[in-house]
Amino acid sequence: MLDYLVKRLLSIVPTLVFVSMLIFGLQQLLPGDPAKILAGEDQDPTVVAYLRAKLHLDEPLPLRYAYWVGGVLKGDLGESVRTQQPVLGLIAQKLPVTVELALLAFAIALTIGIPAGIVSAVGRGTAWDYGANLFALWGLSTPNFWLGILMILLFSVQLGWLPASGYVSPFEDLGANLRAMIMPAFVLGNAIAAVLMRHTRSAMLQVLASDYVRTARAKGLSERSVVLKHALRNALTPIITLGALELGTLLSGAVLTEQVFTIPGFGKLIVDSVFNRDYAVVQGVVLVTASAYITLNLLADLAYFAVNPRLRS
Amino acid sequence: MSAMLSTQPPSPAADAGPWRRAARRLRRRRGALIGGAVVLLFIALALFAPWIAPQDPIATSWGAIRKAPSAAHWFGTDEIGRDVLSRVVWGTRASLLAGLVSVAISLALGVPIGLAAGFLGGVVDGLISRITDAFLACPFLILAIALAAFLGPSLTNAMIAIGVSATPIFVRLTRAQVLNILVEDFVEAARAVGNPPLRIALRHVLPNITAPLVVQATLAIASAVIAEASLSFLGLGQQPPAPSWGSMLNTAKNFIDNAPWMAVWPGLAIFALVLSFNLLGDGLRDALDPRQR
Repeated sequence: MLDYLVKRLLSIVPTLVFVSMLIFGLQQLLPGDPAKILAGEDQDPTVVAYLRAKLHLDEPLPLRYAYWVGGVLKGDLGESVRTQQPVLGLIAQKLPVTVELALLAFAIALTIGIPAGIVSAVGRGTAWDYGANLFALWGLSTPNFWLGILMILLFSVQLGWLPASGYVSPFEDLGANLRAMIMPAFVLGNAIAAVLMRHTRSAMLQVLASDYVRTARAKGLSERSVVLKHALRNALTPIITLGALELGTLLSGAVLTEQVFTIPGFGKLIVDSVFNRDYAVVQGVVLVTASAYITLNLLADLAYFAVNPRLRS
Repeated sequence: MSAMLSTQPPSPAADAGPWRRAARRLRRRRGALIGGAVVLLFIALALFAPWIAPQDPIATSWGAIRKAPSAAHWFGTDEIGRDVLSRVVWGTRASLLAGLVSVAISLALGVPIGLAAGFLGGVVDGLISRITDAFLACPFLILAIALAAFLGPSLTNAMIAIGVSATPIFVRLTRAQVLNILVEDFVEAARAVGNPPLRIALRHVLPNITAPLVVQATLAIASAVIAEASLSFLGLGQQPPAPSWGSMLNTAKNFIDNAPWMAVWPGLAIFALVLSFNLLGDGLRDALDPRQR
């Protein structure tokens, strides 16, 4: 177990190095002098000179990369050109909102996706299976920002049940927070539910065809017990592992969902930064997202390893 | 050997090539056929937009601002009096172009890199695989947004951003397929008769990994269409006043309470096109690679 843990931990080092190169490299795509572009529209000579010195633009590229990585390792992701705040602080301020949205969305996805996958696998070839597959196709083909707009039209404009936009902290008013978050969370969870449904269906079909399930049936156990106690327990492991890897989809989707519902989270931060030409913030958001993805990927692998006795031996 | 000894004439199914057999399987899948037909319909809309669109998609009319659907404007008009139907028809061009060009970029970059990784192995494979992992660690749309932000907002840059962001999927797929094919006897035979490595890669390996690449490309077009609409929705794709479904939805969200038709049609168009590519992709997967069914 320890061997595997060390090996797996070491394996993320080169990935992190290349991620850092990729994100640093983004800056090189800027046409012209980065200092002038990063200084914003005013191009104040003092700011340009400050940025030139801070980014070490007169130094060779490898040295600039080393300075940048050095800063990142010390938690210095640069400063926002617009607000002069440290990028890490800005991200830390917005992250909890997106984490709440992502967790609610994932809970909704699990609630819809797993039962739909079970029903589809158990009733293979029936109308239920057909319906669940249609649901998955719908989830995968609907742009979530369009679904968001349609839900605002129905639940906010027509019925007046839920607020169309805005965010209230759960520590201020939990009810208002949930009313504001339920639509965005559903919109975001919809596509993940479709993916989970497909994973669940294929994992369940595989497990349901195995010998031990046939034995359980032969013992005279009820179908409910065979499906929920014997089959689902084994099918769940790959489903949860694969589901955890949907974090990337959640974060990508959050960018659009937060834009539609005007939620002041991580996704809105990156979009606002793009339009304010606040490139350090854009780089910071990509770096944090990629690091989170790599960490979650690692945790999912370790969890899979921990619960699968065959791998441990 | 058994075929040589058999006295029976070969059946038509066994006689047909793998592509013909796949086409026959595809024809039996109703979903894929409907998907393919709708894709063809959209291609026709894009090609013949000047003749199909009833009006100029960028012509404003201050006397027809936010008019509900009527005989004069089937899909209604937008906030500056432009005909929504004409804009949806012309918007097909941006979406299809983005879908096809982005995936062409991903294929053009991903397949040779994946071939090199699988074929050369060793240090080259290790390096390519780690770089691919790094790209895959950045969520697709966030990487595309970052690339589009640094390159500057335009449809061309959006296509480059989407194409580059989707490349790692093709690198991985090609590499995995190459590794599967390299252990086959016919590759060993090609080596044994003295074919140079490049010839083996292009003449013997590449044709045998085309099927999964075609399937992945079809499904990737669906993702690329959504990604272009997403970037345009955020203002990073097609720039106004040129019509694009994503940017139409971005404007529509501000008028959702008094002009909901502005949001319905462009969204429905994205949904129909993406669904069709997904249906076609699923059908192609079943037809070209029945083992994955």
